[in-house]
Amino acid sequence: MSALVLLSLVMVLGILTRSGRPLPGLPRFAVAALHRTTSLTAVAFVALHIITLSLDPYAQLHLVDTVVPFLGSFKPMWQGLGTVAVDLVVLLVGSSLLRHRLGLRAWRLLHWTAYLFWPLTILHAFGNGTDGHSAWMLAVLGTCLAGVGTAVGWRLVSDRFAPQAAPVPVSAPHGLAGLR
Amino acid sequence: MTLHLDIDWTRCQGRGLCIELVPELLDEDDWGYPEARNHDSSLPVPPALVRYAEEAVRECPRLALRLTDG
Amino acid sequence: MSRVATPVAGLLAVRATSYDEHVALVGALPDLTPAQLLAEVRDAGLTGRGGAAFPAARKHAAVAAGRAAVVVANGAEGEPASSKDLAVMTSAPHLVLDGLVLAARATGASTAYVYAPERVLETSIAPALRQRRAPLAITLVPSADTFVSGQETAVVAAVQGMRPLPMHVPPVYRRGVDGRPTLVQNVETLAHLALIARYGAGWFRSRGSHDDPGSRLLTISGAVRRPAVYEVDGGTTLGEAVSRAGGPVEHLQAVLVGGYHGGWVPWDADTIQLPLSRAALSPYDAAPGAGVLVALDSRHCGLAAAADIARYLGGQTAGQCGPCRNGLPTIADHLTDLAAGRNPAAALTEIERICGSVEGRGACHHPNGTIRMVRSAVRTFRAEVEHHLGVHCTATAHRVRLGR
Repeated sequence: MSALVLLSLVMVLGILTRSGRPLPGLPRFAVAALHRTTSLTAVAFVALHIITLSLDPYAQLHLVDTVVPFLGSFKPMWQGLGTVAVDLVVLLVGSSLLRHRLGLRAWRLLHWTAYLFWPLTILHAFGNGTDGHSAWMLAVLGTCLAGVGTAVGWRLVSDRFAPQAAPVPVSAPHGLAGLR
Repeated sequence: MTLHLDIDWTRCQGRGLCIELVPELLDEDDWGYPEARNHDSSLPVPPALVRYAEEAVRECPRLALRLTDG
Repeated sequence: MSRVATPVAGLLAVRATSYDEHVALVGALPDLTPAQLLAEVRDAGLTGRGGAAFPAARKHAAVAAGRAAVVVANGAEGEPASSKDLAVMTSAPHLVLDGLVLAARATGASTAYVYAPERVLETSIAPALRQRRAPLAITLVPSADTFVSGQETAVVAAVQGMRPLPMHVPPVYRRGVDGRPTLVQNVETLAHLALIARYGAGWFRSRGSHDDPGSRLLTISGAVRRPAVYEVDGGTTLGEAVSRAGGPVEHLQAVLVGGYHGGWVPWDADTIQLPLSRAALSPYDAAPGAGVLVALDSRHCGLAAAADIARYLGGQTAGQCGPCRNGLPTIADHLTDLAAGRNPAAALTEIERICGSVEGRGACHHPNGTIRMVRSAVRTFRAEVEHHLGVHCTATAHRVRLGR
């Protein structure tokens, strides 16, 4: 659950970073750094989650299940989503750490998969969690959904993210047409 | 050999992290894009600022910066 | 060298309706080695006719130093006030193609392109190509009708099938089309090359001046009796050029020299004697450029004319670079305000401030050239600026009603 909360925070911070908006007390480069630090922390929690699960006899988690989805014995579908999410997060974080080597286009393309990644973590937590669908669990999920949902909504409507405007066409296309 | 901060203007979108990281060298223009404070658009980087310029190169979300020789 | 007894008078004298006629007129393509070609071009002192006036031999040598070179004949002519490239491609396409073949030989290129507007490719270049036996693979690439389409890296982009916009890349002579050393050469320059190879450097230098040998094509327009493309000797003066075009229609106040990125040269007893060279025109921050002259008479307001051009240029940015994309239209708006007498003092201050801010901050020369033209207008039409600051305009006919 900590991983889920952290990952949701990473999504919000990612959108904030992209917006170019500083936060109170946090200039833009600090927002970007916070996004990075939080994502690395989240990955650590995901790793912890996998380790504790592999030590849990009830979960029946084998090494292969951490990278290849839908082979697991315990709720294979829901767990499989988690596996895909782990694959994606490795790609996301790895490509970001190596982005200067990858180049702008490749890195950006891979980074967009974050929007595929995050819903998978929500679904995985919802379907796989042994907490069942307790009120507490649902509250946490709801908060994460609301937070990221709001950020994504902002991302979609705000001018801040608009593609660069093309130059305004001019009414005098050939400048000195009237000179004779 | 003086290092220069090369800006790929076709990539720069005025995100402004570089302006925050090397404020001695860069200021914001009317539209948020980085501008040389001393009006030397070739942006020579004094040795004392090289590490901050390097950080700006690393952090630019558009990978629009490079440090070049001369 | 050539089997033809008399060399032709110049580029525009080469008119032929078939390749055979062309060869009969100017002689066969000479059998010079790459080294001989480079030497001949160097000795002739041929400089680029596309605007930058870079020594052609140096460009060829730079590209020849690499491997698997590519040559591109640049006939895009994005400059609205220029039609000399169109003229030479229409009247002497074989000269241009000869030049392209020779340039390929000089640089060791086996891949060549002609980059020009679709219409001239269809009506002149393609038919000419069909009349020749091609030792060289020549591909035709249509150019867009935009101001920046002829910029060197935009040419490379277009040839590679991308949008014809400038790119932030190493110099094209090192890494151009498909990463190969690329020669992008103006079509007029190639046409000159075709004649220099046949008649020799001495022939080229027999006309023109020491600093500006040979002939050049000028597009003369504006308030002249016969606006057209003319071939003149290097070193021709401003006054002589305007006379060739039939002289002024009205009393002239200035001539825009070098195109929309050029400088406004005031028209007076002293300036009409200035040769059209970079050195002579430098006090006005003007240079022959691509041979464009636009004559401005006293009926029109110089500031209004400059504002018209600035608005056009502001709308012709590639749209890629923030300072240019935002700055040029803003400068144009302020210049328009100055020309119209709206807050003229503030407009003038803003023009100077934004020009200083935007200069040098773009992927290509477009912002710099525009700023140069604007600053030149403010300088040359200084007296007019003073009038406008006093809410008065001296234009005699198309007087702008100021202060609205």
